[in-house]
Amino acid sequence: MSDIRNSNPGGEDYEPQVTASGVDAVGLAAGGSADPLPGEDKSYSQGQLVARRFFRHRAALTSMIVLGIIIVVAFTSIGVGDIPGWWPKDYRLQYDKIGDGAPTWEYPFGQDTGGKDYFALVMRGTQFSLIIAFAVGIISTIVGTLIGALAGFYRGWLESILMRVTDVFIVIPLLVIAAVLGKTASSWGILGLALVLGLVTWTSLARLVRGEVLSLRERDFVLAAQAVGTGPWRIITRHVLPNAVGVIIVSATLSISAAILLETSLSFLGFGVQAPDTSLGTLISDYQAAFATRPWLFWWPGLMILTIALCVNFIGDGLRDAFDPRQNRTKD
Amino acid sequence: MSYSDTLIAFPSRRRAASASKGHPVLKFILRRIGASALVLLGASLLVYVLTINSGDPLKDLRESNSQNKQQLIDQRIALMRLDDPWYERYWDWLRGVGGCFTGNCDLGVTVNGVDVLGLTQQAASSTLRLVTVATLLAIVVGIALGILTAIRQYSGFDYSITFSAFLFFSLPVFWAATLLKEFAAIQYNNWIADGHYAPLTIVIVAVVAAFLLQAVLGGTRKRRLLTAAVVFAFVTVVLFVFNALDWWRNPMFGVGGVLVTSLAAGVLVTSLVAGIRNRRALYAALTTAVVGTLSYLVFAQPLFNSPSWLLLAGLFVLAVLVSVGIGAAWGGYARKQAMLITGITGVITSLVVVVDILIVHWSGFLGIKSRPISTIGSQTPNFTGDFWEQVLDKGTQILLPTILLTLVSVASYSRYTRSSMLETLNQDYVRTGRSKGLSEREVIVKHAFRNALIPITTIIAFDFAGIIGGAIITEQVFGWKGMGALFQDGLNAVDPAPVMAFFLVTGIAAVLMNLLADIAYAALDPRIRR
Repeated sequence: MSDIRNSNPGGEDYEPQVTASGVDAVGLAAGGSADPLPGEDKSYSQGQLVARRFFRHRAALTSMIVLGIIIVVAFTSIGVGDIPGWWPKDYRLQYDKIGDGAPTWEYPFGQDTGGKDYFALVMRGTQFSLIIAFAVGIISTIVGTLIGALAGFYRGWLESILMRVTDVFIVIPLLVIAAVLGKTASSWGILGLALVLGLVTWTSLARLVRGEVLSLRERDFVLAAQAVGTGPWRIITRHVLPNAVGVIIVSATLSISAAILLETSLSFLGFGVQAPDTSLGTLISDYQAAFATRPWLFWWPGLMILTIALCVNFIGDGLRDAFDPRQNRTKD
Repeated sequence: MSYSDTLIAFPSRRRAASASKGHPVLKFILRRIGASALVLLGASLLVYVLTINSGDPLKDLRESNSQNKQQLIDQRIALMRLDDPWYERYWDWLRGVGGCFTGNCDLGVTVNGVDVLGLTQQAASSTLRLVTVATLLAIVVGIALGILTAIRQYSGFDYSITFSAFLFFSLPVFWAATLLKEFAAIQYNNWIADGHYAPLTIVIVAVVAAFLLQAVLGGTRKRRLLTAAVVFAFVTVVLFVFNALDWWRNPMFGVGGVLVTSLAAGVLVTSLVAGIRNRRALYAALTTAVVGTLSYLVFAQPLFNSPSWLLLAGLFVLAVLVSVGIGAAWGGYARKQAMLITGITGVITSLVVVVDILIVHWSGFLGIKSRPISTIGSQTPNFTGDFWEQVLDKGTQILLPTILLTLVSVASYSRYTRSSMLETLNQDYVRTGRSKGLSEREVIVKHAFRNALIPITTIIAFDFAGIIGGAIITEQVFGWKGMGALFQDGLNAVDPAPVMAFFLVTGIAAVLMNLLADIAYAALDPRIRR
């Protein structure tokens, strides 16, 4: 975990100077080619710099494309709610079984024990898992940023209280508090589950944001803003948080992959998604005894979880490199 | 973690100056314990309230059709004191826990009236065994991989380790567990019945080993090719010889093997800690290895005939003391360094000796248990065998869950170590060290690694309680009756006592690990001690 505490928010610090001299191992390794423009006659905004560095990270770019395909297929194939998708089979109907239900062209992921189309079932599980993961990511990012920013900016008693609350949440193992809350919330449907999971996974982000804010609030531009009478809320939202955006975005991404794994673990233990809703975790849990006889029932949902989590992790890694390229310079 | 930015590699000489002032450190530790106790108290209240509100504790009875339904319900209400307000029940639980300080612990009873304290002791011992082994392994392997990938940044080796690390922490644990059961246990058990490698397998294994080793060792192209060729030849020959000897079913190692391995370990440890040019240190390490092997011969009789855990522990302590003594005798001006080297060599030699004894017992063990690696439970029911075969039995039972827990932790530790190492390797003091002519070993071990360890310590300490939490899943998949089962059954029955016991164990583990981290800080960072 590195930080961008010492970096100049203006963006000059972020410029990977080495690309100009053409000996940067990062550029070679991650992108294969040096910058098309030597950066002398053109200047880039902070956002452009980050985007350029991100798109040079091949693993992250590939992951982004794969994840995009998964999302599109999961939501269009069987449709959402009442809107039908392009996949001809329904996950609720039991079809005639072909052989023992192994994957065929007709049923690419095979059929389950009752003859249901497993592709449709897995897509439905993927939908639910994705919705939960993204909702958890958004909620935990909002809560963590808010708590971290308030604690870091106001200091004093507010900081003490908020950080002790954070400590209380940290000392309880995540799986424990998630299971206890998940058992309560699972009857409220998947959005209820996502809400409580979001409310227990914000702690690390809160600490990171607080650390950032603690150093940013001492900067001269904050002093200047205070001097012209800017209110604290506006200082936080317009001056402090935009400078901590790297930490927040990276952490948000990684919390999504953590949420996918957490949700599937809870569903596997029986404290997560409950029928009639489904998720990739419940699919594995339902069919885990089938591994010896019908391995495809076991492989597909697991591979799906693995692929999604792997893609999100690589995207997070690419974003981290893009926002904080210092770490990637080789020793000189 | 930017405080490592300004950190300078201090020579360890400074340690002596400030060690005498014990009071501020003690005060600091006491304050930390006090703060942690308050946090634990708050957290326990939270978990208690959430647990008793997580469902209906009478659900199973309400749905039952038995004649005396009402009576059973009344009984349970009385047992769980459901009519009392929650704060009274929490207070009584807290008083029971407080009793632990005066010697009469009371963690309450479960729904079925079983004493939770006894259950917890049993469960915690099996879970902590699992988690401790996995964590220690993960620390060693993870940090080693992290350093290697940082030194060989952007090499093929770095990319493959990075990709595997991402793969392993994107892996749903319960899914991987089923795969591990299938491919590591069932297929191995099928294979060991015969115990011979096909020639093609041997070639593949040798190619993989050759590729890995040349990637780790690095160097010029010529040197890499040479390394790969030597490794390939060595592995191929060894595996064919093993086949011919039926080694996998009747393995043996022998005193010669112990001697060679521990000598090699001595050379390796010396080259890492002091550099191979430091003859005194090297001779001290080699002496330790030889003395260790000789004492193995001396103690072979009791070790094979009347082993016990007490004997093993006693011999281990003796081994460490003797090794450190050898270091002190050889040490000269760098006594402390020599003692460290001989101490580590002694520990490794002891482990090699134990491994040798276990290897000797393997074929006998196969005779008792023809499918050695188990997928369920923490020990084979009704297993009869001598001491070493029992150890082997427990070892093969713990193998799969340990591999699983270790892989996941190794993934994150190696990533953290890598980024932490990269950050320190970019510091000015590393460049200074290089420019004043220090060897690469000194730069990496003394200047970069020591400072890189500081943030890693925090992460590992933080992680430990989480690993116990994560072990819930591992235990469930592998059918261990540990803390995970305690927690899961308790939560399913809306029964606070076992859930709170689980929380208590993880909470205390978290507090203890953080204390250890503080102490480790003081050892790593001299500024904290002043």
